[in-house]
Amino acid sequence: MKSHRIAGQPPRVGDSAVVRRLLIALVLIFGTLLVLAPLLVIFAQAFSLGLEHFTTTIANPDTRHAIYLTVVTALLAVPINTMFGIAAAWAITKFDFPGKRFLLIVIEIPFSVSPIVAGVAYLFVYGLQGLFGPALQAADIKILFALPGIVLASMFVTAPFVARELIPLMQAQGRELEEAATSLGASGWRTFLTVTLPNIRWALLYGVVLCNARVMGEFGAVSVVSGKIRGQTNTLPLHVELLYHDYNTVGAFAAASILTVLALFTIIAKVLLERQGAGRAGRPTLAANKGGTQ
Amino acid sequence: MPGFPLSLGITLFYVTLIIALPIGALIFKAASLGPEEYWRIVSSPRAVASYRVTILSALGATLTNLVFGLALAWVLVRYDFPGKRFVDAIVDLPFALPTSVAGIALTALFAQNSWLGSALASIGVTVVYTPLGIMIAMFFTSLPFVVRTVQPVLEDLDPALEEAAQSLGGSDWSIFRMVILPLLTPALLAGLSLSFARSLGEFGAVIFIAGNRPNSTEITSLLAFIRLEEYNYQAAAAIASTMLFAAFVMLAVTNFLQARALRYTARD
Amino acid sequence: MKIVLKDVVKEFDTFRAVRGVSLEIGSGQLVALLGPSGSGKTTILRTVAGLEFPDQGAIYFGDEDATDIPVRERGVGFVFQHYALFPHMTVGENIAFGMKVSKKARSKQEIHARVNDLLRLVKLEGLNNRFPSQISGGQRQRVALARALAVDPKVLLLDEPFGALDANVRHDLRRWLREIHDELGITTLFVTHDQEEALDLADRVVILDQGTIVQEGTPEEVCRKPASAFVMKFLGDTNRITATAKSGMVDIPGARLSASGLADGPVEVLARPGDLSWSFDGEGIPVSVLRVIDRPEGRRFLVRTDAGETLELDVPIDIRASSGDRGFVQVLRGNVYPR
Repeated sequence: MKSHRIAGQPPRVGDSAVVRRLLIALVLIFGTLLVLAPLLVIFAQAFSLGLEHFTTTIANPDTRHAIYLTVVTALLAVPINTMFGIAAAWAITKFDFPGKRFLLIVIEIPFSVSPIVAGVAYLFVYGLQGLFGPALQAADIKILFALPGIVLASMFVTAPFVARELIPLMQAQGRELEEAATSLGASGWRTFLTVTLPNIRWALLYGVVLCNARVMGEFGAVSVVSGKIRGQTNTLPLHVELLYHDYNTVGAFAAASILTVLALFTIIAKVLLERQGAGRAGRPTLAANKGGTQ
Repeated sequence: MPGFPLSLGITLFYVTLIIALPIGALIFKAASLGPEEYWRIVSSPRAVASYRVTILSALGATLTNLVFGLALAWVLVRYDFPGKRFVDAIVDLPFALPTSVAGIALTALFAQNSWLGSALASIGVTVVYTPLGIMIAMFFTSLPFVVRTVQPVLEDLDPALEEAAQSLGGSDWSIFRMVILPLLTPALLAGLSLSFARSLGEFGAVIFIAGNRPNSTEITSLLAFIRLEEYNYQAAAAIASTMLFAAFVMLAVTNFLQARALRYTARD
Repeated sequence: MKIVLKDVVKEFDTFRAVRGVSLEIGSGQLVALLGPSGSGKTTILRTVAGLEFPDQGAIYFGDEDATDIPVRERGVGFVFQHYALFPHMTVGENIAFGMKVSKKARSKQEIHARVNDLLRLVKLEGLNNRFPSQISGGQRQRVALARALAVDPKVLLLDEPFGALDANVRHDLRRWLREIHDELGITTLFVTHDQEEALDLADRVVILDQGTIVQEGTPEEVCRKPASAFVMKFLGDTNRITATAKSGMVDIPGARLSASGLADGPVEVLARPGDLSWSFDGEGIPVSVLRVIDRPEGRRFLVRTDAGETLELDVPIDIRASSGDRGFVQVLRGNVYPR
């Protein structure tokens, strides 16, 4: 009996034991040091002064307000963004119109732009030095350094999240099903709810989960437009920075651990949704290479 | 099919209000500076120093990602080992974790008084408050890009190509170099450019570990932020618009490179 | 190079793809492995190539035991079903690949000259710098063959070589492959599910079913003396008439066929459409015409016997009938198999 008779399969490229062990070792060592270790550090630091200290930190009114503000922001930004993503995917995949390719590029701009640039840009729209700033002040409407500004900046950085999951999927599914439904007399809404939505629900949920994670975690753009007023416009990621700079390291990590748990739930949701087939079509690509137009 | 006016209407309204308007306002603000003033700001020694550290660190992070990301994608697609599914899932952590959390975690991990920091210090390597720290933060936040762009392409690679190359007598290395790697190149380029763009613009994860000393470890996005806090809006506009411009150039260059790498798919 | 397979067995998970196949392919022969999908023919081909290792049994190239030799050292030329051309390399680079990676060092000029020779052999001069996506399916097929031949293989193996091509291209390429084979004299084994292709091209045909060889022989042998009802049916249109054997003979209306070696009992008589004849009155199985089918090469009647069996027979084009007409079918030749 010869060795391959047990393996059964002739070796593929890279199947030699040395190469395989070397690569797996490299990946595991680096992965542990640079991905797993930071994760462990967060919890180790958060609980370094004991569970009681942890709970008192979390119970601090400023921290609780930061959590509240983060949740409110997500409750506003994520649904609006989801509606936009569905509308954009519907328009782009079910119809042909001039400028479609350009529209796709514009939708993906937030992916390639620094969040700081996004924040600065919003300042020049709604800030006192910006386009609408003086008019808004005259009307006593507060957008910057308040909830609306935080929501708007969050919507900018996450604008492509839902759309880019739906567009490639709906592109691949074609238009026949919807055309059949409407030819049978179904209204547009009915067609969408009974024909389109069941086919895209997992991809949609996938996009929503990722969008939510980013909204709740956004730091750069929000730190420009929020003004970081303690107990008022401080979201949880900003609060982490504030505590850290207050030399309240344990407090910072306690707040961070909440966000980390959220991240872990996001990853679990992602894995579960990928088992339903979501996320296959919407892998990160550059806007201009997306198959939006044929 | 119904719904065109409504869906396109919502899309255009949203894109205009949320994306185009602020970008336009930024460009407008920067343009109103006038070329001389603009040039004076963006060519100041402190700004130039920030470009250098940002670009060099981003390059370092991206190249590290090229090697590590490719290895990770290969291992996840080609080999079976215990814990593989966990590794596959945890690759996304840098995307899911807020950048400020990543920033303080990496800083604590590599701090001089931590076990890893002191171990590295004993061999003369300092991470926190150095460009190496910036690079590591950028590497962390952009880690998934190369893996997640290369992985599906590697999975879908036709096994017959490899078998054909083997039947023609190719060694593993020559098959990898001459067949597999060229076929992964478009995906690698996409992953690398996303990774590089993300690194150039990264803020949250970097500022904690960078030390932020002007002219040495101050990244460009932080400089724009500092100018804002100083109420120097013109400088902020100039620097932010430069970053925007760099992002657009990156996008264009990558598209060009990808089109070149894929030119063999073009039909006559 | 002679190829010998001895009791080759190959399983995938729990599925037995090849169950003990022994085969001898003479040096310089062109042999077809013919069978329906799932018959194990491709697995046998891949085992000969070294792309699969058999679970049991052995493979000899000449006198050398090649069972354990990996594909890259086995010296076979393999043409894949969908050609597996390297999409990022030009036609010339594809053909040159094997020479470039070879341990035997060749100069650039040498490789270039050989590529040009091969392009001439496969009649693709001038396509050197095209990418595979820029040429037709038939051209890709020929590039794949040129690439396989570039490394001077001892054996040429082709997996469904014409499967992905249009019917007319296929016909030309078949003739052409035969010419190349006769010119080079290289031992060639190819897999097909198309009986016409196998009979048209091969010196010998190996017919497989469910991982075992059911018959092998020259095209004449397998056509004229099908070893089983399966082979008979697989090789072409077949009529089936149920009957009963009695002391070595089968009686059907208008004919008496030998059933030597068969036990008494129910049998089936299998006959080609060309082996039945038609008459409006006389002897034979009484039938009524269902449909008349006209084709460029002749006319075919679809008829139904009074027992309810449907038969197809080819008739001279001067015989006319319309559906509902009554007549008689006589079996001129037929093979009898147990039922």
